[in-house]
Amino acid sequence: MTPGLEHFLTVGAILFCLGLTIALSKRNAIGVLMGIEIMLNAVNLTLLSFARFGVGHGPVTGQAFVVFIITVAAAEAAVALALAVSVYRNRDTIDVDKMNLLRS
Amino acid sequence: MNGIDLVGPQFAVLIAAGLALVVDAVLPRQRRLIPFVALAGLALSVAWSISWVARDDYQTAFGGTLVLDRYAVFFYFVFAGIAAAVVLASIEWVERAGRGQAEYYALVLASTAGFMFLASSRDLISIFIALELSSIPQYILAGWGKDERSSEAGLKYLLLGAIASAVLLYGMALLYGFTRTTELGGIADAVAAGGDANRSLLILAVALVIAGFGFKMAVVPFQMWVPDVYQGAPTPVAAYLSVGSKGAAFAVVTRLFFEGLGPGVASDDWSMIFAVVAAVSMTFGNVMAIAQTDIKRLLGYSSIAQAGNIMVGLAAISVAGEEFVLGASGVIFFVAAYAFTNLGAFIAVIAISQRIGSDRIADYAGMWKRSPALAGVLALCLVSLTGIPPTAGFWAKLYVFNSAIRADMAWLVIIGVLNSLVSAYYYLGIAKTMFVAQPAEEATFRPPLTLSISLGVAAAGVLALGLIPGPVLSAAHDAAETLALVY
Repeated sequence: MTPGLEHFLTVGAILFCLGLTIALSKRNAIGVLMGIEIMLNAVNLTLLSFARFGVGHGPVTGQAFVVFIITVAAAEAAVALALAVSVYRNRDTIDVDKMNLLRS
Repeated sequence: MNGIDLVGPQFAVLIAAGLALVVDAVLPRQRRLIPFVALAGLALSVAWSISWVARDDYQTAFGGTLVLDRYAVFFYFVFAGIAAAVVLASIEWVERAGRGQAEYYALVLASTAGFMFLASSRDLISIFIALELSSIPQYILAGWGKDERSSEAGLKYLLLGAIASAVLLYGMALLYGFTRTTELGGIADAVAAGGDANRSLLILAVALVIAGFGFKMAVVPFQMWVPDVYQGAPTPVAAYLSVGSKGAAFAVVTRLFFEGLGPGVASDDWSMIFAVVAAVSMTFGNVMAIAQTDIKRLLGYSSIAQAGNIMVGLAAISVAGEEFVLGASGVIFFVAAYAFTNLGAFIAVIAISQRIGSDRIADYAGMWKRSPALAGVLALCLVSLTGIPPTAGFWAKLYVFNSAIRADMAWLVIIGVLNSLVSAYYYLGIAKTMFVAQPAEEATFRPPLTLSISLGVAAAGVLALGLIPGPVLSAAHDAAETLALVY
């Protein structure tokens, strides 16, 4: 049996849910970032499998979308790490549960 | 060259962003010029937009991924105005922060260009790029302050924003799989042709897309970041986030749902989702705002409620025929009115807190005796946020509620009006504190010149839209009609 569209989509959906769970439950900011990266890669997998199986060999819209997502994810990660360093310098921690200065 | 002409308004803003960095590097002694470079770029952008209005020759660019229509141009004016007000309001604060002045203005301009691209995007890929072009600079700006609250706000905003864009992307990926195209016109055709097949997949995709944009619009249940980020971020940045990011998100969602997923397709389903989200957001924002003691947190919760008000216009998407544009034009007019009003309120807060060094509402007691101009403008903006004539907010609310009544959503309008009454309690409560209570000290003061100018413009806008709303209403109506032209 060769793997078809539904198999790739299932893997993508599982990865996305795993990433979302990690992003929402991790307490370390870097861990949250890792969860976000997994979510984005699940999106990439979904897009590519749709492009390969659904649309077929036509315009490469799906593939182009993925290239843009990878690029933007890199920029976002760079900014996230810079902000994490800035928080660490101020607070000596990047535990998101301890970010509780902002309350009325 | 033709391509550059078509994205001229954005191009001018991006050039100014680059120029600000160059001026900083080449003329380090002339740093005071940098905000004026930014303002010049915005002025050029407005001039370019005016030239497009004059030419009245609207078209698509870059293979249909961007479109230059009345709708986009209307928002170009709104976003250029917002950015100009924010630049003016930032000058004092950035000079005191004392570092990276050029970078600050460059980031504001870059995200303004992102907003403009969002308003003109007609393709899922360009929507995503424009969204990130506007968001990433905002994450940095929110963490710009030196204190730990600001960097905490920046990191929180970024992590939640990145999760929201991942969810949005997953929705877009499913939408692409369902329709086999990323272009909004093609999506509309494919959804219409698809009928009931794969309907559950489509609804899942659209729910994910609404969730992703809901974060940017700051509606319940994606609002948890708003009060924290508004309180922690520097006040000029909070002002920018509250109007810019919300306005751009509504601009793109309106286009996406009216053009790509519009009437005759599935609009009844979305209309109900939007109506429920609008009702919950209005109620949640207003109820939470009552108990706030910090004015920035209060404005944060009030902006959640206002997002709910704007969304009433989106819920009217299911109106058929000629009146189809009512909801969209209500959203457009509300965004413009809200931009003036909320900027005015935030700029007044900037000026007052620079002087008294506090954001507590109790410290605003007797502000009328200390600075009549500031207290007057803040009170005017609060009246407009409540929706009392003769201000911009009154017409905005009237217009969106009218569109909801035409869409047979009287229950939503009743909830909206009840919420306006609740909001009157805390908005006018601040006004009462400023006018009736005794001040802690008597010393009078005036805001700095740059703040006065932007404050004057905001107040004039609120009054002008309130007294003679006709021209802007008809411009909003024309803009909304270009969305409907697709059919």
